[in-house]
Amino acid sequence: MTEPTEASVRAEVRAWLEANWNPDLGLVEWRERLCDAGWAAAHWPKRWYGRDLPVKFNAAIDEEFARIGAITAARAGIRTLAALTILAHGTDFHKEKFLKRILTGEDTWCQLFSEPGSGSDMAGAVTRADRRGNRWVVNGQKVWTTSAHKANWGLLLARVDWDSAKHKGLGYFILDMKQPGVQVHPLRQMNHHASFNQVFMTDAMVEPELMLGEPGEGWKIATTTLMNERRNADGLRSTASSAPREGRIYDEERAEIATTMAPYTWYPQRAGRTDLVMSRVRETGKLDDPVIRQEIGRLLVLSKSAEWTALRARAALAQGKAPGPEGSLGKLVASHVARQAARVHTYLSGTDALLSGADGAMDGLIAEILVSVPAVSIAGGTDEIQRNIIAERVLGMPREPSVDTAKPFRDVPRNLAAT
Amino acid sequence: MRFSFTAEQDEFRATLRRAFAARSPTTEVRRLMATEAGYERDAWDRLNSELGLTAVAIPEAYGGAGFGAGELCIVLEEMGRSLLCAPYFATAAMAATVIQKAGTEAEKRELLPMLASGKSTATLAYTGAGPSLEAVGAGVVATRSGTGWRLSGAVSPVLDGLTADLLVVAASGAVGAGLSLFTIQGKPAGLTRQPLRTMDETRKFARLVLDRVEARPLGEIGGAGEAVAATLRELYAYLANEMVGGAERLREDALAYVKMRMQFGRSIASFQATKHKAADMLVDVELAKSAAYCAAAAIDEADPEAPALASLAKAAACDAYLQTAIHAVQMHGGIGFTWDNDTHLWFKRAKSSEVLFGDANAHRELLVRQWKA
Repeated sequence: MTEPTEASVRAEVRAWLEANWNPDLGLVEWRERLCDAGWAAAHWPKRWYGRDLPVKFNAAIDEEFARIGAITAARAGIRTLAALTILAHGTDFHKEKFLKRILTGEDTWCQLFSEPGSGSDMAGAVTRADRRGNRWVVNGQKVWTTSAHKANWGLLLARVDWDSAKHKGLGYFILDMKQPGVQVHPLRQMNHHASFNQVFMTDAMVEPELMLGEPGEGWKIATTTLMNERRNADGLRSTASSAPREGRIYDEERAEIATTMAPYTWYPQRAGRTDLVMSRVRETGKLDDPVIRQEIGRLLVLSKSAEWTALRARAALAQGKAPGPEGSLGKLVASHVARQAARVHTYLSGTDALLSGADGAMDGLIAEILVSVPAVSIAGGTDEIQRNIIAERVLGMPREPSVDTAKPFRDVPRNLAAT
Repeated sequence: MRFSFTAEQDEFRATLRRAFAARSPTTEVRRLMATEAGYERDAWDRLNSELGLTAVAIPEAYGGAGFGAGELCIVLEEMGRSLLCAPYFATAAMAATVIQKAGTEAEKRELLPMLASGKSTATLAYTGAGPSLEAVGAGVVATRSGTGWRLSGAVSPVLDGLTADLLVVAASGAVGAGLSLFTIQGKPAGLTRQPLRTMDETRKFARLVLDRVEARPLGEIGGAGEAVAATLRELYAYLANEMVGGAERLREDALAYVKMRMQFGRSIASFQATKHKAADMLVDVELAKSAAYCAAAAIDEADPEAPALASLAKAAACDAYLQTAIHAVQMHGGIGFTWDNDTHLWFKRAKSSEVLFGDANAHRELLVRQWKA
């Protein structure tokens, strides 16, 4: 058989879509057909709803779907991380049980990694999974769990062995979220949104076959999930945009996307909304103030040079050059940009920035920026962790000394009780 | 190209880096900065005969190599990195640019080849050395004398004004309100050049005192305003590129020092206070580099936004270079404050570059005034 080319893949998917696309089907029904034909995730193995095609063809395949207005398999949200982790570490049983329902969108997933006592230090999880008979019994608390209140299944990192070292005593489980031992409460943020949840597990049960890998391999498997999360950080959210088309299947997809995207409505605000600055300058007439001009100048210098630094990294990649340091700075720089943008918005709006809702500047959007920006330097790796990463991986400075990785985890100090 | 360099440009940079490392070690910088001239003619001649550096951005029609701002900025960045002592910025950036923008065809054909070959050094002498055009021609008055012109007054500080073979002098007055440019070559009667003591000894400044000095007009009398303004707008970008070269060198040297230095039984590079500072320095320098490269490319593309981008780049470079210098001294500790340690050479260059052609505040102001989006 000849090697597939972009043209051959396009022709193939186009012919299949022209013969099979039917907007009168239900969303799940249509996606089941995608799975059967291997167009649900063409870069996955043939046996698992794909076609073993190189991932580089995905963009062309998506274009063909968009051209005809056909709906793709479900992708947005944590479900993709679950699928990739299961593909990498799951047994055929796991793949059989979960992958198709991920692609059809019937099941939604959440990620139960972070805990109140372990944020940056995720491997320090203290949620415990103990064997009772042949089942696992889970007790503990997870936090920052996007979509846990909707999820059917959770990717759970829990400690199975307290005598092993920190990274060696974890297990990776698939937790049935719809059981009495799992309680989900929204976690309200300082900006009023509740995009995440706290998940309390009290004698929650996991069937023995729902562990991925072996006890003690949890951290290794979690690394797969986290690596994919980092790689797809934007993709997890941006792939979800619905076509403005009429019909039942589109309505169903719109509803699915609305649910998946609900937690992220304030994300643009946490980045500082530099895009609004110049229009706000015109609206507020504050350009006559030389102090404000200085602050705007600082923001322009920072945001433009950050943008160009990212483009330099991309250009180097395209030229096949070894990645320079410029590619590792984006996350940290984004914090600087967001903070300066919030400062400028404050100066521009003055007391109007105090008012939220319809009375406030831009119907409260400016106020929302000011109270959302503090998230950007914490979520997805704090500025401090980013600086460590830059110092160690880019600048070759010594790694942080670890005082907790060699001894049994039970001897590692944990948070002191508040006095 | 705004975000990358061609293979030829990369090779050009590598050649220069090797050459400057060999020709301008800090022992040589220290020797030359202690001299009144600040450079040696032999070394300058070799720089141009072997590497053709002043020719880089001068068009081929005028004896140059016909490259652009991009290549000029590579030279400047590498010179900033090595603190190479030579009147290069004054000659190849300041004088060559203003002659191209203000001169008549005949004047360009006469003057530019002398600069391109390196036979003559040159500078632009104007009052202020800042970003404001109001003061540019102040202090020098041109008067008609028979068929020619004579200049009287004083102008200071003039970069490499003590040694420049060709002086391009800005003068106001006499003919209307417009700015005029004149050239003076050699040692005419009535011209006194006074060396000035400078904080950054790697940059030499002089005061020129002119007493009825014979001078030739460059371009139209009273019509040089726009040419000088356009020249200054490019110089912001050129200096920004020189500055990021120095900033990167400081950053690298400070990093190498903390990796070597042991205190409390461990490398001081293992302390988070040091690591985080080093990470912040990398951010500052890389962002300023991106802005400087973008501003240089915008000049080559004749982008109407080039002036705004030049000010953006200068503002970024001012803050990044000085902050890097402050951190670099701090990371060295006590030895960083000594004369024998090299850090102060770049610290002073950071300071002199910060104020030359306008500081970060001035350029943020220019940027916001010009920003269209």
